[in-house]
Amino acid sequence: MIQFDARVVIALKPGVLDPQGKASADALGGLGFSGVQSVRQGKVMDIELQAADIHAARSDLEAMCDRLLANTVIEDFEIAMLSERVEA
Amino acid sequence: MAVAVVVFPGSNRDQDMIDAVEHATGQAPHVVWHADSDLPTGTDAVILPGGFSYGDYLRCGAIAARASVMTAVADAANRGMPVLGVCNGFQILIETGLLPGALMRNASLHFVCKTVELKVVHNRSPFLQTWAIGEKWTCPVAHGDGNYVCDDTTLRALQDNDQIALTYADGTNPNGSRDDIAGITNKAGNVLGMMPHPENVSLPHHPSRAGERLFKGLLDEVE
Repeated sequence: MIQFDARVVIALKPGVLDPQGKASADALGGLGFSGVQSVRQGKVMDIELQAADIHAARSDLEAMCDRLLANTVIEDFEIAMLSERVEA
Repeated sequence: MAVAVVVFPGSNRDQDMIDAVEHATGQAPHVVWHADSDLPTGTDAVILPGGFSYGDYLRCGAIAARASVMTAVADAANRGMPVLGVCNGFQILIETGLLPGALMRNASLHFVCKTVELKVVHNRSPFLQTWAIGEKWTCPVAHGDGNYVCDDTTLRALQDNDQIALTYADGTNPNGSRDDIAGITNKAGNVLGMMPHPENVSLPHHPSRAGERLFKGLLDEVE
């Protein structure tokens, strides 16, 4: 088995209202960052997993996002493989 | 009549629901734990109560929706058994995919705890059958994530299939829900999810008894 470090980024789909992001954008404006046009808030998950190869790891991660980690009605997800190493 | 009330770690309106069901139907409901894999034999209806299952971690209702008992609940719902989800129970039904759309943070970003006026838009659910279409009643809400959202296609399908069951009456929308939606059913009408808490307007010491009609309606349906 190979050990993988993956990063999953989950963000609201474009067009879905993000009241929390808007509140942060308004607060940044209040701090004087007048150039801020919008903030969209999402989630980052760093996942350590073992799989036979990178294809299996990626396919597992996609299933995890579809079945639990993301709500695909309102959210999109992106998977990045950060590192891999063969366990001794 | 045998009602099953499902309890998850973090449910906190379960006892209110159990009391309301027992008072209205004259029979104490079965209490089913989230880790069970089956509903008790002879179960006629399932209720998912409010609360903060799994601390609202990940998304409200997301982890509860994948609990082992939910496979049995989904099977029963798909066979036509009456299912009611209140507040966090509604969020769980949405996350399970038994109901469409999503429930997001209230548009105000504030937790709301107040009484609202509800309008019955359709009464196909066994729980709503004692109300006339257009009839109004008051009921409390208490939630931080009750803002119902869906895309245009889903909204049209909800309207075309007569799935919008309850709306907040004019001017009382507490959370920014699209089209003032407070509760919806599945296409068949047997699965109802709603944000307001009818179990808290059901007992003699409550400010009103309107919510009791949900459980009486269920009793009429089953018996």
